[in-house]
Parts: sequence; C-alpha cells; structure tokens
Amino acid sequence: MRFSLLCLTLLCSFAVVAEEPSQDRQAELKNLLKHDCGSCHGLTLKGGLGPSLLATDLHNKSAEFLIATIQNGRKDTAMPPWKTFLSIDETRWLVQHLKNSP
Amino acid sequence: MRFTTLLACLLVSQVILAELRGTGDLGLIIEREPAAVQIINTSTQKTLSHIADLGDLSHASVVYSRDARYAFIFGRDGGLSKIDLLKDKIDQRIIQAGNSIGGAISQDGKLIAVSNYTPGGVKIFSSETLDLIADIPAIYANNKRSKVVGLVDAPGQKFIFSLFDANEIWVVDLNAVTKPKIQKFTNIGKQPYDALLSPDGRYYIAGLFADNGLALLDLWSPEKGVKRILPNYGKQDEKLPVYKMPHLEGWAAAGNLMFIPAIGQHEVLVIEQSTWQLIKRIPVLGQPVFVMARPDGRQVWVNFAFPDNSHLQIIDVKDLSIEKHLQPGKAVLHMEFTPRGEHVWVSARDDNHVLVYDTQNFKELARLPAKKPSGIFFSNRAHKMGL
Repeated sequence: MRFSLLCLTLLCSFAVVAEEPSQDRQAELKNLLKHDCGSCHGLTLKGGLGPSLLATDLHNKSAEFLIATIQNGRKDTAMPPWKTFLSIDETRWLVQHLKNSP
Repeated sequence: MRFTTLLACLLVSQVILAELRGTGDLGLIIEREPAAVQIINTSTQKTLSHIADLGDLSHASVVYSRDARYAFIFGRDGGLSKIDLLKDKIDQRIIQAGNSIGGAISQDGKLIAVSNYTPGGVKIFSSETLDLIADIPAIYANNKRSKVVGLVDAPGQKFIFSLFDANEIWVVDLNAVTKPKIQKFTNIGKQPYDALLSPDGRYYIAGLFADNGLALLDLWSPEKGVKRILPNYGKQDEKLPVYKMPHLEGWAAAGNLMFIPAIGQHEVLVIEQSTWQLIKRIPVLGQPVFVMARPDGRQVWVNFAFPDNSHLQIIDVKDLSIEKHLQPGKAVLHMEFTPRGEHVWVSARDDNHVLVYDTQNFKELARLPAKKPSGIFFSNRAHKMGL
C-alpha cells in the first residue's frame, strides 16, 4: 500500500516533469491565457466578467481546484470547460504559471 | 519684394492646404497588446498615425464626438481617452474606474457615459472636459453592486443599460444633467450580457446568458414594461460551452428582419420584427460573436468564438442562405463596414493584420499590419444612435 502510494507519487511527479509543454506550446498557452481567457478575465488577468486570476488572488485556491475548474468549467457561471483544448498537463502548467506570475 | 511676398503667400497657403483634412473617412484600429491605436483612412486604406500609452485595451470600444473630430476610447482598466483625429494625439485621458466594459455618447453629444464592472455602475462625463457630471451606482438587493453591460444612448437625452448581476434594465434621463431620472425595470431575465438598440432608437433588446429568449423594451411604450421574446428558444437544445460572449451590435434590419447570434449554439437567429417571432435558424460553422449587417442590409457578416475564430461566413439576406466563407487569419475579432458598405475591414488578432475586403466580390483589397488588432471603429459612428 505504502509502496504503491510512493510509486504513484513518483509517477505523478515524473509526469509533471516529463509532460511539460514544449516551448512552442507554452507560447501558444500564454497567448491563449492572455487573449482568450483574457476576454473575460481581462488582458492583465485582474478580472472582468470573470474573477481576477492574479497570483495574489489565487494563492488560497489549490492547484487541483483550479485545474478542475479549467478542465470542467463552473456550473451556473460563464466559465466553460476547456478539456477539449487543454490536456491535464497543459492545464497544470497554466495553473503553475498563473500562481507563479508576479 | 512683391514677388517674394507672393511666393511666401503661396507657400503658406500650400502648407495650410496640406494640413486640412476631413474626418468622415477616418477610423481607429485598437491594437490590443501594445495598448495603442492606429488612426486610419478608409479612402486611401492607409495608416495615418499610431498613438500609444492607452492602458489596458482588452475589450476596448470607441464612440465619436458629433463633429467627428474626437474619438473616445473606453478601456478595460477604466481608462477613458479622448483622441484628437486632426492632431494625431491624446487630447485628454483619465482613469475613471477599476474595470470597465463600454461607453456611449449622448444625443446632444455633450455627455459621455461609461459602464463599469468595478465599481458596478455608470459614470457620466462632460465630452468637452471629461469632468465627472453624474455617478450612478448600480445598486440592487442588499446594497450589492452589479456589473453593468449593454450601455447605449437613446433619443430624449437618455442612456439605457443592463445590470448583469441584478437582472434589471435601467433607463436614465439626463435632460437635467445633475439630477438623472432613473426608471428601473426588474426581473427582466437572468444575466443580461449585452444589448442593442434598433437603428431608429425605438427598441432596446438585451441578450440573456442564463435564461431563454431575449428581453425587449419598447421605448415608445415603456409603461408596458420589458417583455420576453423567443421565450421558448433554446429550451430543448443542449447549450454548448461558450468560449466568448456574443456581442449584440449592428441590428441587421433588412426589411423587417433582425439577425442575432444564438448563445451556445452554432446558429444565427432571424426574427421578424413586427411580430417578434423566430422565422429561421441559420446553421453556421461555430458560435457567432458579431452578426453585423452591411449598411444596405443585403448581407450579414458573422464571426465566431474560439475555436472557430479564423472564419467568417456571409449570409445573403435575400434568401437567408450562406453566400460565402472566408478565412481572413487567426482569431478574427471584429468587422467594420465603410459608411455605405462597399468595403469591410476585418481584424485578425493572432496574424497581426487587418484585411480590407470588397463586399461585392469578396476580394482582398489591402492588408495593414497591426499588433494584436481587435476592434475597428469608423468615424461615421458619430451620427448613429445606439453604437
């Protein structure tokens, strides 16, 4: 049990490292974030129709919660699901990017 | 001596002649990422100048003074910038709120209204000085403030707007500028996301994000209240995820028809304006964002939300069919017709260019480089209601 958990953890962390998007894809994701997410959250991501995505406003939200929100959208709000266009790894990279942006 | 005077006179008059220009064929292209604008000429299809340092221009929009000399730009960051089209420079610029979405100019041209998300409400400024004249907080329920959308000017020195969070439409009468008279319509439908005014200034229609149909206010009979049109539209259909909110603008009035983007559907809706009945759902290749009629009403041009945003489809109004499909570039954000509709300018954000098309034969006439271009706004908007 403990061993499989360790394995899982290792695998997960391995996946994070292994599946980081390519440089080209990272540029595409940044463009998507700025302009397509930005059409509701603002070009500077400080909020619009949707809430602020600035690191200071996201620090108390877990990465998993944010990944789930991006992947599946939020019911009864204007936030659509992005899983058709973004893999889990790409979403995780985006969330880390958001959380680490100054 | 006399000869030199003559020569000097000639020189001076030539300089003056060279400097004179009208503004009727000018316009602005918003360059979103560098937060700049280009002043362009629609007759020569050339860029005249670049103006920078305009803050956050995501979701920026523009109205013009009635003399069409000044453009007022509403930026996402609450910036309100007044541009002098003759001098190619910023005349004045203020930050009037934390987060704003659009604006309008009054019937008499003296007032500029801005609709704000943060703090939710509308502010009214002098178009001459940009001094604050009135502040109208969008307060509802227990002192909550709503985001304001769908702000338009209307006849009788009025502004009309919708409260996204409060499900209300407000009509503000500014005949007494310092004492705005507000008429509120409540429970108009859930989450109005944008609105438009008919070209004659009679009907105000708000789209509803979280409800079926559209909210209609007849300004000739406001006592009858807001009524719901197409109440059954979309009830039986699964709504697709919406990757960009549609815009309601450019009422397509061809005879008695009105064209609007269906939210969450790959359809353009055609409504018969005397009965407010849906007469056709035109299938299109994605979720429509802008559905804009050529000024003569014969064609309706449609662009689309992500991920179908590299396409344009053109509807022939004569038989309500798709006449043409164009691919102007990556992320087509906006279209603007020349005043009489012979050309249309189209921005392709991720290809960093603006294309000019002939609307009769769909040939590309010009291609202007622009940095992440979004909205395109021509000065003939100065004389149109509700834009």
